[in-house]
Amino acid sequence: MRSITVVGASLAGLYTARALRTQGFDGRLVIVGDENHQPYDRPPLSKDFLTGAADQGQLALTDTDETAELYAEWYLGTSATGLDTAGGAVLLDGDRSLDTDAVVIATGASPRLLPGQEPVESAEPADPAGTGVHTLRTLDDAQALRDDLARGPAQVVVIGGGFIGSEVASSCSVLGHDVTVVEAAPLPLVPQLGEEMARVCAGLHADHGVTLVTGTGVAGLQCGGREGRVTGVELSDGRLLPADVVVVGIGVRPNTGWLEGSGVPLDDGVLCDAGCVTALPNVVAVGDVARVDGSRSEHWTSATEQATVAAQNILAGSTVARHGSLPYFWSDQYGVRIQFAGRRLPTDTPRIVEGSAEDRSFLACYDRDGETTAVIAVNRPRPFMRKRRELMRAMQPVTT
Amino acid sequence: MITVCRIEDLPPGESIRVTDGVPAPVAVFHTEEGEFYAIDDTCTHQDASLSDGWLEGCFVECPLHTAFFDLRDGRPTCPPAKYPVRTHQVSVQDGYVLLGVAVAEPA
Repeated sequence: MRSITVVGASLAGLYTARALRTQGFDGRLVIVGDENHQPYDRPPLSKDFLTGAADQGQLALTDTDETAELYAEWYLGTSATGLDTAGGAVLLDGDRSLDTDAVVIATGASPRLLPGQEPVESAEPADPAGTGVHTLRTLDDAQALRDDLARGPAQVVVIGGGFIGSEVASSCSVLGHDVTVVEAAPLPLVPQLGEEMARVCAGLHADHGVTLVTGTGVAGLQCGGREGRVTGVELSDGRLLPADVVVVGIGVRPNTGWLEGSGVPLDDGVLCDAGCVTALPNVVAVGDVARVDGSRSEHWTSATEQATVAAQNILAGSTVARHGSLPYFWSDQYGVRIQFAGRRLPTDTPRIVEGSAEDRSFLACYDRDGETTAVIAVNRPRPFMRKRRELMRAMQPVTT
Repeated sequence: MITVCRIEDLPPGESIRVTDGVPAPVAVFHTEEGEFYAIDDTCTHQDASLSDGWLEGCFVECPLHTAFFDLRDGRPTCPPAKYPVRTHQVSVQDGYVLLGVAVAEPA
């Protein structure tokens, strides 16, 4: 194996590139990223970066020394447009192509948009012609939202009450804005946390003066302001919410468009086995874009774990390692840290083992037939860590 | 020196977060091997409390991003943390755990 191209220069791509070097790959390593930035950490974008508590420099995932040690060729601000599996090449915008022996697909995901909503083309910061309608995925998205929020007290409507939406709502309320969250389901986060725990999390909005409107979709946006700026959100039930700023946080779609027709099997993500290997042994997928062994995870920890496994398998030329660790994610909102680990089924019922939901500080275990399958903590990081470790130990050891 | 707690209040494998009388929060650890260590409590990567982390030998794993810090010299052993945390002196006298906070720069 003389050359490997990593398509995607965010967490999963960078960590795979690092793992390839750590595991001894000394050939040509190329990293392609469609953003103009060096790899940065996304979780703070909806939290400390938005409130101004953190700046761009604090988000960096690499420094100059680490970048030099990686000894990679970087194509930043460059989109991959196709994959020629027969010819062994990654096609790039501007009719360029990169010959390569193996490919790491790490192109992540893009925010879902409302019907009729135009994707934002990297708006100029504080662009006065901005429409006031935002999504939040990239550093440029976050900067544009941050600039918009700095224009003065605003009525902010967040569409989508998931983790991103809730974190954005929390950050906007910290900044002193009047915030409403609109959620189509009767209660947000039920698929992730189950009804009882979802109800506790939903309660955080009211605790902090944020209005949560549930059980109604969005019929459309009113954009009658100057320069077509948004003025309100029309709900499906006929209500109109006045809005100066709208943030759409209704989930993501994996970025697989460039792989259409390449022969790499796709189905809401890049299909791969438990070792992140696709139908082609020299093509692996990691991070948000990868459907690993039937499930697609959009979490920080799994992206970094998959990187190690994928690097091992691509260098071996077959699946010698599998990603089998315990899913783990966290969310910081309203000064509360929510942590979740495990694999729960909708029928697994939570049981608070310490603290109380009323105090917004507790640890709860989800049980199935007397066995704990998952754990959730609200402001209880230490017992959570213990429980998470217990669950990790209880898992089948990963065989190679 | 600052009195942290009685020694029986910090059994092996446990940690405690000290906020009173220190310029920045400090995490004091009692390892399973019986050693005491103290480091700055806030992870150098992002806002997480290392006293909430997982103690393994003389290393602590950050509860958020699984960066490991060596309690002996404060150095991170792997990304995403890049900068060391400061280490501080701990001693045990008359059944109490005492903390001497360093003013020096990290190693």
